Amino acid sequence: MPTPLNHTPKEMTREEPFELPLPGEATAHISGFSAFGHFKRTLKRGPAFMALLMLGAIVFVALCAPFLGTTDPIAIDPGQRLMLPTAEHWLGTDAYGRDVYSRVVYGSRISLMVGLGAALMSVAVGLLIGVIAGYVRLADAIVMRVMDGVMAIPSILLAIALVSLSGASLLTVLVAITIPEIPRVVRLVRGVILTVRSEPYVEAAISLGTRLPTLLLRHMVPNTVAPLVVQGTYIFASAILTEAILSFLGAGLPPENSSWGNIMAEGRMYYQLMPGLILYPGIFLSLTVLGVNVLGDAMRDALDPRMARKL
Amino acid sequence: MLTYVANRLLATIPVMGMVAVIVFAILRLTPGDPAAIIAGDAATAEQLEQIRRHMGLDKPIYIQFVLWLGQLLRGDLGVSLISGVPVAGMIADRIGPSLALATSTIVFTVIIALPLGVIAAWQQGTLLDRVVMAFSVFGFSVPIFVTGYLLIFFFSIGLGWFPVQGYKPLAAGFWPFYQRLILPTLALSTIYVALIARITRTSILEVMGEDYIRTARAKGVKESAVLIQHALRNAAVPIATIIGIGMAMLISGVVVTESVFNLPGLGRLVVEAVLARDYPVIQGLILLFSFIYILINLAVDILYTVFDPRIRY
Repeated sequence: MPTPLNHTPKEMTREEPFELPLPGEATAHISGFSAFGHFKRTLKRGPAFMALLMLGAIVFVALCAPFLGTTDPIAIDPGQRLMLPTAEHWLGTDAYGRDVYSRVVYGSRISLMVGLGAALMSVAVGLLIGVIAGYVRLADAIVMRVMDGVMAIPSILLAIALVSLSGASLLTVLVAITIPEIPRVVRLVRGVILTVRSEPYVEAAISLGTRLPTLLLRHMVPNTVAPLVVQGTYIFASAILTEAILSFLGAGLPPENSSWGNIMAEGRMYYQLMPGLILYPGIFLSLTVLGVNVLGDAMRDALDPRMARKL
Repeated sequence: MLTYVANRLLATIPVMGMVAVIVFAILRLTPGDPAAIIAGDAATAEQLEQIRRHMGLDKPIYIQFVLWLGQLLRGDLGVSLISGVPVAGMIADRIGPSLALATSTIVFTVIIALPLGVIAAWQQGTLLDRVVMAFSVFGFSVPIFVTGYLLIFFFSIGLGWFPVQGYKPLAAGFWPFYQRLILPTLALSTIYVALIARITRTSILEVMGEDYIRTARAKGVKESAVLIQHALRNAAVPIATIIGIGMAMLISGVVVTESVFNLPGLGRLVVEAVLARDYPVIQGLILLFSFIYILINLAVDILYTVFDPRIRY
């Protein structure tokens, strides 16, 4: 039965000619060649290489945070509130006298952790549900209706509701960011599984009496890996943004975490006095998300050259 | 056609039902006793029991769901825990600014993004095309609150052209009303323009290789007419689809934008409700936003036939 979210009019299928690469969404393309060889070649040139360099720098900052001239990002110093940049505090201090530079540098750790955590969790859970939906007819109808329902709820609102109900902690925020991302992974995996099911080599494997776990793990799931890497990259970007939005709105990580969103949330009251409280974390956040998105686009194009020609 | 519309309408019922189940489940299945959350930390065991009975929490969960659904269908979204005011009434009071912001953003986006996408496709590979595409990648990555504060710093504080924050209803006159909507509209539409310009470009490029475009050019149709009447017209279906799908982004964006610019709309109401843990209000707003999203996508589906008469049902 068609639903408003993935409905396709009669006489035309979603795949041809109206399949479009949505920004932030991988296509369920299965290529005959080694996708990762293509990935590697793409990453060596153009915008993707710049994005990789930029992300490398941010990862470096996150890993080496204690050695980059930072002080304790949560050390409060009431005597030094809202100071403009000095030799001691390179980017000034916030309303509690905490060093803004250190907070922004340490903030990269939280953002990258949230991005990575949400990407891994949603891909793992989505892969499991997607394989079941793609392989078990009976489960398919039910699972996909549930996914339609989740997708109909705007993701920020769903995440806000989940955090506000279960209380803010790193784990609940991570789960709240992950859940709205799962349906897209499920749809992607299900699409790939449905396609490879009718491939001659899979039919051959079935007729040879291959056991189900082997059939799934060796012959079907490997096809999902490349598109999942692309989708995971987009989830990484989107999770970092969502965490910042949640924290900015006051429904995110507890305030003792110096995430970029939290720095901006606390800076809101003083933004006329100290624009840096919003600008510095904002710049880091934008560059990180930009880098990840550019990387995702490049990998998607490498994976699906037919689609890339259109772009 | 009528049968089709009726069928599509019926097909939204399971999705709406599923949304209701999920929203109900979120409140009931998350760890913690809803009665304890509502009663607060100081409540005694008797008070808790009373609240539980009052809310129907002593009944089996499926009966609770049926009762709640019955209320919903009668348009009863419950009562705010904080103010005791019906949630439906609160929504009606606050919907004005959100509606104004969303409308203004969609209109602005379509006016800006369609020409940008068409021009980029027409000038494919040139510097202009690259600039538009770079903007679209960049605009998609910069969070709304960063864009919003940059606009405030530059136009309100620096140049003093607009009030910093706040909202005036239309009744106060058009300019005072619109003056306070311009920056929020710009901030919110950045991401939306980026999305739609990019899809417009892709869809136009897709149809530019078709035979009828070559035919139109061969018979001497002006290039602008080729682009708008032949290419854009045929690219309308995917563009409409994206405008529908992008609504989810727009709704999330409204929540953030209203917080940045202090607009007293539904987005602020969500944040206020979250900070006050006013669950009936959160629940009601999520349901409302989801239903709006579903209805808009239904409308887009039905519009397909208008854009592309080849689609018959």
